[in-house]
Amino acid sequence: MNSRAIRAVIRKDLSTVLRSKAVLIPLILVPLFLLVVVPAITVFAGGAASSASTTGASSDIAQLLSMVPEGLRTILNGYQGDQIWVVFATVYMFAPLFLVLPMMVSSVIAADSFVGERERKTLEALLHTPLTNWELLLAKTLSAWLAALAVSLVGFVLYTVVVNLIGWPTMGRVFFPNLMWMVLMFWVAPAAAGLGLGTTVLISSRVNTFQEAYQTSGLIVIPIVALVIAQSVGVMYFSVELTLLLGLGIWAIDVLLFWVGARTFKRDALITRL
Amino acid sequence: MGQGPVADGPSLRRRTGVLTENPSLDERLTARENLHIYADLYGVPVAAVNERVEHLLEVFEIADRADDKTGGYSKGMTQRLALARALIHEPQLIYLDEPTSGLDPLAARQVRELITHLSRQEGRTVFLCTHNLVEAQRLCDRVAVLEHGRLLALGTPVELGQRLVHHQRVEIEVGPADRSRAAEVLNAFPNLAEMALEGDVVSVSGISRERIPDLIAALVGAGVRMYRVTAQEPTLEDVYFALHPDREEAE
Repeated sequence: MNSRAIRAVIRKDLSTVLRSKAVLIPLILVPLFLLVVVPAITVFAGGAASSASTTGASSDIAQLLSMVPEGLRTILNGYQGDQIWVVFATVYMFAPLFLVLPMMVSSVIAADSFVGERERKTLEALLHTPLTNWELLLAKTLSAWLAALAVSLVGFVLYTVVVNLIGWPTMGRVFFPNLMWMVLMFWVAPAAAGLGLGTTVLISSRVNTFQEAYQTSGLIVIPIVALVIAQSVGVMYFSVELTLLLGLGIWAIDVLLFWVGARTFKRDALITRL
Repeated sequence: MGQGPVADGPSLRRRTGVLTENPSLDERLTARENLHIYADLYGVPVAAVNERVEHLLEVFEIADRADDKTGGYSKGMTQRLALARALIHEPQLIYLDEPTSGLDPLAARQVRELITHLSRQEGRTVFLCTHNLVEAQRLCDRVAVLEHGRLLALGTPVELGQRLVHHQRVEIEVGPADRSRAAEVLNAFPNLAEMALEGDVVSVSGISRERIPDLIAALVGAGVRMYRVTAQEPTLEDVYFALHPDREEAE
């Protein structure tokens, strides 16, 4: 294994990505929107509704408590009044949305490094180097995956700060993150990054432009939307056990995707597509 | 080199440098970054990387703009950088695909001088692919003419000329008084394609090598005084058209 060459490809891919507006803008705007703007609006909207009419708010919360699964109701019953809404929104409602981050980052970068590289006609020189197919695939996969983890970690820290700040008037203490979110960040998010990546790599051999790859890979947020809906109608909630299980499921899909990807990733096929 | 591309791909690629037709350089990276990354990819000894990158930047006259993104480079600069990259690991075998295409005459000459240097002084094998027959004539020890992937001819430019081109051009310098007599003799000489008179030099084309002595004898017999007779060596262009007689007619 030629680790120096692998590091060189990672360095090349990441410095290329950081200099592309088409890649960089979504990488900055999406986390800001998902992890700052939307939570702030949600929490303040809940607070405004409850201060507008005390009876209305408590009946809203009663309705919320009646809809959620048993386990979550027990947890939320440990809080009072507006706290219930803040905890439900920031800890549970946004949990699936956080997974958009690793998926999106890894798929944007993979689209740029697999399809964009071909589109910019810079792949040919790379294929003339001593890199083996396996090393090339590993290097490109690693660069997208590591970048996704880094952005997710930054997003996680940002979200922790934002949530504790906007929750402070109601909660009066630092209440975030809980154990479930640690599992989400360090077990599920890396798997979700792998999912975005694997899907894009599979798509990349069938599309010709970065935009096409990026747009097609956007479809992978559909399962996340399903999770958001499932939780909001009370079918399930992000308990620690379920989150662990979710991670395991995604990792299994990742292994499958990577296995298929490694089998279809052939340099001679890449050359003929140039 | 004793290796096969399928079985020994990686180690063979380490010993070969390729200049692709498309420069294939990352436009968002600078020249220096491009060279450093490829030095790592080709396994240039770590201690030698800096020196070699700076040397190549200097030789190819990119040093001034080494920290600019290559997207803003002129075609010539891009081509020089791509060449520098192909040489970063000092390969034994160098493949160059149209190395001077799109270059201005000065840059093209620099590249040709460099190719000569690489093969004559440094003893590397250069495999040059080109449509530029003058360039091939000037640079190549051996020439292969390919058509649709089939080998049409292979040999040194001189060998190919002798073997394939049967009609040559001959220049004869005559005294001013003998011009018209020389023209008469040449007009009477059978099967000459063309004859032209320019000053004191008469040139004829389309004569086979075997008939040149007969031509001289005829002129001497007619009392034409000649100062110089030069048979021009066939060029690769002549070789090419000798291999494609139909194309010459089409032109």
